[in-house]
Amino acid sequence: MNLRNRTPIAAAVAISFGFIILATLLIPGFDDLRNRILNWTILLAAVALLLGLANLFMVHFHKLRNREKPIYSFILLAGLLATFLITLWEGSQGITASWIFNNIQVPVETSLMAVLAISLTIAAARILQQRKDVMSIAFLATLFALLLSSGPLFGIEIPFFTHAVGPYINNFLSAGALRGLLIGVSLGTLATGLRILIGADRPYGG
Amino acid sequence: MNLSALQWIVLCLVFIGFFSFWGRKNPRRALRSIPAFQQLRRTIELSVEDGSRMQISLGRGGILGPESAAAFAGLTLLRQVTEIAADSDQPPLVTTGDGAIMLLAQDTLRHSYNKLGISDQYTLRLAQTTGLTPFSYIAGTLPMILDRHVSASALGGSFGAEAGLLTTAAQSTAGFTLGGSENLGGQAIIFASADQPLIGEELFATGAYMEAGATHQASLRAQDVLRWVIILLLIISSVLPLFTSLP
Repeated sequence: MNLRNRTPIAAAVAISFGFIILATLLIPGFDDLRNRILNWTILLAAVALLLGLANLFMVHFHKLRNREKPIYSFILLAGLLATFLITLWEGSQGITASWIFNNIQVPVETSLMAVLAISLTIAAARILQQRKDVMSIAFLATLFALLLSSGPLFGIEIPFFTHAVGPYINNFLSAGALRGLLIGVSLGTLATGLRILIGADRPYGG
Repeated sequence: MNLSALQWIVLCLVFIGFFSFWGRKNPRRALRSIPAFQQLRRTIELSVEDGSRMQISLGRGGILGPESAAAFAGLTLLRQVTEIAADSDQPPLVTTGDGAIMLLAQDTLRHSYNKLGISDQYTLRLAQTTGLTPFSYIAGTLPMILDRHVSASALGGSFGAEAGLLTTAAQSTAGFTLGGSENLGGQAIIFASADQPLIGEELFATGAYMEAGATHQASLRAQDVLRWVIILLLIISSVLPLFTSLP
């Protein structure tokens, strides 16, 4: 179907379902309808997840065929197929599937977390090279104060930081900033949702 | 949902409608300056000129939770970047950690390529799902930044602490990094490690600053007004008990 013909239909369907869900939230007695539509959405999202997996497979199959660092793509495809088939056979709680998760995926992701800790320490140390502004200085000063207040460092505890500065930052400054940011994010989310609801923003290619 | 939530929705809709009408009459009314977007525009133009590639990460948020709004803001960024850089030698690459957002990214790219009249250059591999868990998504995206002569990376979507690996990788290639997330932990990490962080609601202002349309500008102004309304309500609710407790 031509894209120009398809877009208004997609927009009409998206806007209609958006308004139906909003209406079922406001008018009592339509919970079943809302749950049914949301179940369809969950089902579609699950299908999209499979399509994402298919996309991952195709990208690495293409790399393997074109010999672009084929060893990594081969390992990924072999691992993906083996895990998929084993989980399909045993279920996600099966012995082999659990072993794969606990002994391969968890250690690999934990290693990445460790790399992240080092990367962030270096990034924080270099922040003033990137941006020499008040906010960066405030960020570094707060980080340093929180580090000192987090507990005894090398067996030395500084009561001024652990009992006064640390709790003050956590309970007042940090909590206030957190709420301010959350208000901004909530308003942004609300405005984005409304733009999609009225069809002014069409993330489905419109 | 209670009545107050409905009131906020209606209030926001009214303001969007008002500013859409008012903005048409006052098109020159400027938005406050956000350096991240100015630098992003310059970087896109430079990457087109020098034939290098941009990489856009849409994060791991899906379409079902509250993180979907961040992913939609990322899709707006994608559309605007693509319309500038799609016909360069190295078109932008998109990565996501969710199948549904990948489909929407492919649709956005296809539409932008059609609009530019270069639909023959579009391939499905321009938007990829690189992993379905936070760290596998990052592990799949890192080689794209390190191996493909990426000169700029833009992160727009739902990211947690793992975003730090992407931003530091992009900086190791001396590339420009811009990032925004709806997740507060992710925002802190991006603030520390990206060249240009988008803090708080700035991610949701992407459309207004990247000239995605009048409604984006109107909704940004509506957000600004509503924020002032909330600030006033907070001050009033804090001060009022002082007066009511007086004899």
